Amino acid sequence: MFGKLSWSAIPWDQPIPLTAAALVVLAIVVTLAWVLIKGYGSYLWHEWITSVDHKRIGVMYISLALLMLFRGFIDAVMMRSQQALAFHANGYLPPEHYDQIFSAHGTIMIFFAAMPFVIGLMNFVVPLQLGVRDVAFPTLNSTGFWLTATGAMLVNISLVVGEFARTGWLVYPPLSELRYSPGVGVDYYLWAVQISGIGTLMTGINFVTTILKTRAPGMSYTRMPMFCWTALASSLLIVAAFPVLTATLAMLILDRYVGFHFFTNEAGGNMMMFVNLIWTWGHPEVYILVLPAFGVFSEVVATFSGKPLFGYRSMVIATMFICLVSFTVWMHHFFTMGAGADVNAVFGIATSIIAVGTGVKIYNWLFTMYGGRVRFTTPMLWSVGFIVTFVIGGMTGVLLAVPPADFQLHNSMFLVAHFHNVIIAGVLFGAFAGLTYWFPKAWGFRLHEGWGKAAFWFSITGFYVTFVPLYVAGLLGMTRRLQRYDVPEWRPWVLAAGIGVAITACGLACQIIQLIVSVRRRSELRDLTGDPWDGRSLEWATASPPPVFNFAVLPDVRGEEPYWEIKQRAMETQQLADEPRYEPLEVPRNSPTGFITAFFATVMGFAMIWHIWWLAILGLVAAYVVFVWFAWRDVAHYEIPVEEVARLDRARRRAREEWLAAHARVGEPA
Amino acid sequence: MSLRRKYMFIPHTNATSARLGRLTSYAVHRVALTLLLGLGGCSTGVLAPAGRVARAENVILLDALAIMLAIVIPTLIATLAIAWWFRASNRKARYRPNFAYSGRIELIVWSIPTLVILFLGGVIWIGSHQLDPGNPLPADRKALDVQVVSLDWKWLFIYPGQDVASVNRLVVPAGVPVHFSLTSASVMNVFFVPRLGSMIYTMNRMVTQLHLQTDGPGEFFGESAQFSGDGFPYMTFSVSAVPEAQFTGWVAKAHGSGAVLDAAAYAELSRQSVSAQPFTYRHLAFDVFEAIVSQKLPPGPGPESRSATPVASLRPTS
Repeated sequence: MFGKLSWSAIPWDQPIPLTAAALVVLAIVVTLAWVLIKGYGSYLWHEWITSVDHKRIGVMYISLALLMLFRGFIDAVMMRSQQALAFHANGYLPPEHYDQIFSAHGTIMIFFAAMPFVIGLMNFVVPLQLGVRDVAFPTLNSTGFWLTATGAMLVNISLVVGEFARTGWLVYPPLSELRYSPGVGVDYYLWAVQISGIGTLMTGINFVTTILKTRAPGMSYTRMPMFCWTALASSLLIVAAFPVLTATLAMLILDRYVGFHFFTNEAGGNMMMFVNLIWTWGHPEVYILVLPAFGVFSEVVATFSGKPLFGYRSMVIATMFICLVSFTVWMHHFFTMGAGADVNAVFGIATSIIAVGTGVKIYNWLFTMYGGRVRFTTPMLWSVGFIVTFVIGGMTGVLLAVPPADFQLHNSMFLVAHFHNVIIAGVLFGAFAGLTYWFPKAWGFRLHEGWGKAAFWFSITGFYVTFVPLYVAGLLGMTRRLQRYDVPEWRPWVLAAGIGVAITACGLACQIIQLIVSVRRRSELRDLTGDPWDGRSLEWATASPPPVFNFAVLPDVRGEEPYWEIKQRAMETQQLADEPRYEPLEVPRNSPTGFITAFFATVMGFAMIWHIWWLAILGLVAAYVVFVWFAWRDVAHYEIPVEEVARLDRARRRAREEWLAAHARVGEPA
Repeated sequence: MSLRRKYMFIPHTNATSARLGRLTSYAVHRVALTLLLGLGGCSTGVLAPAGRVARAENVILLDALAIMLAIVIPTLIATLAIAWWFRASNRKARYRPNFAYSGRIELIVWSIPTLVILFLGGVIWIGSHQLDPGNPLPADRKALDVQVVSLDWKWLFIYPGQDVASVNRLVVPAGVPVHFSLTSASVMNVFFVPRLGSMIYTMNRMVTQLHLQTDGPGEFFGESAQFSGDGFPYMTFSVSAVPEAQFTGWVAKAHGSGAVLDAAAYAELSRQSVSAQPFTYRHLAFDVFEAIVSQKLPPGPGPESRSATPVASLRPTS
């Protein structure tokens, strides 16, 4: 009836996961009770859960990302503290537990923290910057989000029921095959990543279509803001790379569930195939994450330097160049497999060629600041911190791309330090810069600057104190994923890294405090103009938070920086453009399709993990039926009356007129 | 319960040889410790090469680093300097709100990284070919053949020419090139001796090649650099590079003690366990390495022993 599932699946004898799980369950129960008692259930259901508004979905993506970032960080704290204690000793985490933690840390950080963060920013910003009312497929968008949430949910269920993979975050076979990992851990990984991967693919398709087919009148490709270009590159990579991931993991599922032999030791299976395939997805994945972050930095650096982005065309070419070349470098993840000199050399050179594109970007940001008036707000601090740190991470990356150097550093703590260097400094700093930059657009008030800056300084200090010692440990020959070790030379560096994590934790605490303080003091942080940073692209041309339809009238784009040009015209003529003729607008209706589909997908995933076949079939059929039922809908849109459109837009125009009058008195733009 | 106790592997040797093994191991550890303390913090790891391969790789590592630092350091300084000089409060800085394109700067911006990568590309091409792990090392004498098998969770070093095998301790003649053929009995691992250079994967049913050579006598730390399951942190081994006479002595001593590595001994060895002490096998009952690669000896059983009986058809061939 219940497959492999029984009461013994819950780790009654292990106090750490059990306590953690109990706390999480308690927190969920309390939150749910609070929502129901306060009567917020209906609000949540109608305004958020069933919303197909790209802005709401973006906010939900980022909330999920922040939550999972917190979870992943706790894993990091456990790993660093375990290694700090585990010199000539077993520490407090036995191998079977420690191995789950580093596997979960990687999986959660990449799939459920970094990806949702980046996709959340894309969701919120891209349609606004393109000057359109929504993404191409709003309900698909909602479904993509809820499927991602399903994956995150399954990974977290594994904390309480059963176990997570003990194989590392890329489940290399044959270790991940049934013979060497008979438990449900790898299955949790497989179904979580498969289901959320389908959600990510939906998002990729959606954004490629949105960017290619729906842009404001006049917005040609060469007038698209840089963030939209990077979002396009990232979405193209998703569409090209995620099917590879899905197919690869599907093969491993076949191996584990029905006795196939794609990657087994026996019967002609070959684990090298898996390693090649997974990195064919895995390396583009790095750029799926970091390219949108590059886009954020491009927007932030231009805005806070008070200048257009330097070398826009170069930046576009560099972005698309990275997008293409990222598919030709995967083998640098296993130079030490013995593929031969020619193969290694070709992939080594291809890898370092990517650094040309990145280098161009770095210099163009530099020249964007050159001749500017740089305002060191929190997003700008993250950006400058990024440039400095990322250059170092890029350098160690190219070092690892030199095969003979990699022969000594592969899989070492040097490698661990390198990829954290690029992912933390690149993706995470970018995500935080974007969060602070666009937060006022989403909520109508800014985040508190003091706490934001404190978070930045703690985070960047914590980063260096953690990872510089790990670079050294790697040079001393320390390999990754060690539950314990006996080499005395490694110890001081491991301890230093532990201190670094403590500093980073202060940064995280500052982020949380910043959020709380900002919400409590929102009236003094309020922005009524919709343009708190003196922005340059179209998202600042509408109110904060934007109305559900984004723009009362689609903007007419005449240059690379449409909103900056609108502002310049307004300041020259000392008046806003004439009031447009308002019309009633059609916007997509809310739909619970995504949520219900994801609910059944969760049921199916859980049932597959535990071999509860009847429930798996039920879940799959129900998820499919929901989609079919949605396809037969009669009414897809509802109309917003012209009076409502006019009322909202006139309020925004009044705020802008006040702003214009204020700046006319000062005599110069802000 | 500690993993070492849980998976303790007890070799089938007589008491005397076990004691001898412990004594040797003790002596080795004393020597290693003295060396490490004597040479300070830099005596371990890839920056303290003790062999020609590691030294050559070090040169490339440092060269590549120097090439990049030549660009990276000015870039870092320029970033901070430009950001600071053009701060909004500095009225001496000239505001050029429309400075967004310059053909000359674009040319430089594309050229600098391109030139660096062209240069580095040469280093990569030549380095990859010169230091390919499969390249035999130039020497006037024949290399010593060692076959390496990664098991759950210990290392088996087979000396086909000497007809002995050793677990978790690799003894080689100092200054003599060694040719390693490597495979895995179960999951993937990476054979790595940081001070000697190149690491390489071990994979079941596949053989990888590696050539290393020590500069002189010494004790080196070896490890697996690919996570391979719960016993992974115990997959360390010691490398003893000893003068040739001493190596011959070690082989002779190994011949005189320990068990024979036959199908039964291998079946026991391939079960998931960690080894507390290095130990040796006095004789190879057949071509064990070939039998592992061709799966005449089945892959390691993993946590659930499904193939408990070793392949019965395997009989000593020599």
